[in-house]
Amino acid sequence: MNARLVPEVGSDDAPFWESGADGVLRLQQCASCTRFQHPPAPRCHHCLSEDIAFTAVSGRGELYSVSVNHQSWLPGLEVPYAVVVVAPDEAPDLRLVSRMAGLVDPGAPPRIGDRVEVRFDEVDGVWLPLFVPAGAGA
Amino acid sequence: MSRRPEQSAVIRGIGASEVGRRLPRSELALTLDACLEALADAGLDRSEIDGIATFPGGGFDSPGLAGPGAQEVQAALGLAVNWSYGGPEGGQLGGFFSAVLAVASGLARHVLVYRTVGEASAQGDAGRSRAMSFQGTTIPGFRKWLAPFDAHSPATWIALHAARHMHEFGTTRDHLAAIALNNRANAARNPAAVYRTPLTLEDYYEARMISEPFGMLDCDVPCDGSVAFVVSHVDTADDGPHPSIGIEGIGWALRQRPLWHAGPDLTGMAASDAAAHLWERSDLRPADVDQVQLYDGFTFLPLVWLEALGFCGKGEAGAFVGDGSRIALDGELPLDTGGGQLSAGRLHGCGLLHEACVQLLDRGGERQAGRPAVVAVGVGGGPTAGALTLVRR
Repeated sequence: MNARLVPEVGSDDAPFWESGADGVLRLQQCASCTRFQHPPAPRCHHCLSEDIAFTAVSGRGELYSVSVNHQSWLPGLEVPYAVVVVAPDEAPDLRLVSRMAGLVDPGAPPRIGDRVEVRFDEVDGVWLPLFVPAGAGA
Repeated sequence: MSRRPEQSAVIRGIGASEVGRRLPRSELALTLDACLEALADAGLDRSEIDGIATFPGGGFDSPGLAGPGAQEVQAALGLAVNWSYGGPEGGQLGGFFSAVLAVASGLARHVLVYRTVGEASAQGDAGRSRAMSFQGTTIPGFRKWLAPFDAHSPATWIALHAARHMHEFGTTRDHLAAIALNNRANAARNPAAVYRTPLTLEDYYEARMISEPFGMLDCDVPCDGSVAFVVSHVDTADDGPHPSIGIEGIGWALRQRPLWHAGPDLTGMAASDAAAHLWERSDLRPADVDQVQLYDGFTFLPLVWLEALGFCGKGEAGAFVGDGSRIALDGELPLDTGGGQLSAGRLHGCGLLHEACVQLLDRGGERQAGRPAVVAVGVGGGPTAGALTLVRR
């Protein structure tokens, strides 16, 4: 697709970035209060428990917000593409910033409320969780 | 009524350098221009300045965004100070607010505050992309949750807020255009503004799309320039060549998680925390405010501030702005009278603070909007915000 920028992976968030190796999205969830959080942190920001782990989720959710981007910010960055905020099904109050895989079809741009599912893009050992329309197939 | 700490400080003088696209002068030269003008305006000799502050200060590595650090400017001006500060956290008004607190606490008597940008020169022909390129490295900090997903620019980050606001409340691009056109109309009357040719709605819609719903004319204009302020103790407010400006209240709160897109509600921003804090401290209410200088890094942000400050209800800012007549120079609530960052240049919040002072000193010339007694200033977008009320003394 495009040459992607890769995040600096740290001990607190490595499980998130490596989660896609088996095709499954994992989000940090507190064992004490059961709430999810993102981005990952050493403790639950709700209850400050350290008993926090990465829970496998469906990778499905709803588009909370969408911006179709037309500006090529970096050399070789193909446009237009959609940056999205996803509300995961298991944690509808969580906000996950990502992008739709591939380019936007101007006749059918993604819209708020659309159902989406995760699709990983691996770069240098980091599995970036991108999204595609739900039911889009492999 | 007991005095709040911020009421122990006043703005005694203001200054501005030339502001423009790719000026031949260095960031330090522009800074000294602004600082010397502020000193003269305050009627103070540099030997009387005993504090210096800026945002974000030295060592901040985003090209052109930071300007020279406080110690560099202190050295260049030959100042001997009791207190100096520069820090990237606390928002764009952090340097100014810190100066106010230094004066209020007695650490300093007369603090020189400045804000300098050199973004136009730093970005050069490549535009904003050159200044934000991290290629060949891994992305640290908060950007690691954005850039790998090609959310490279604040235009995109804030567009995600705007799109949700439009979805929930029926806000339209016409409403965003009303801000762009208003600010350009004001800039047309401001000889110091970068872009002064009046805009039509047609111009707005023909401009190249950047990140929906933002087109080129929804984004502010990177510039080179500097503004400066002398923040002095209120006991000296009447000693200068002209009246000082009172600082009636400040709002600096961050009560929501200070992360981009932490949510869950992205129709608002940290602006609501700073605004709430301001009204908790202030003796004034929105109805007392004569005009507003609201951060317009993107056209959507003044709408966020209008709602946060309570000039209208949540979700109502689009309708409040309407066709723009209410916020025009002769309207009931003039907004961004100097042209804002959209047209006058992106001085990163401090240009708006400077314009508030210009108006309170009746120096607005063709853009002077009446004789305001109270001006509210709201600065910041996303997870940073600061607000204050300035008053004629």
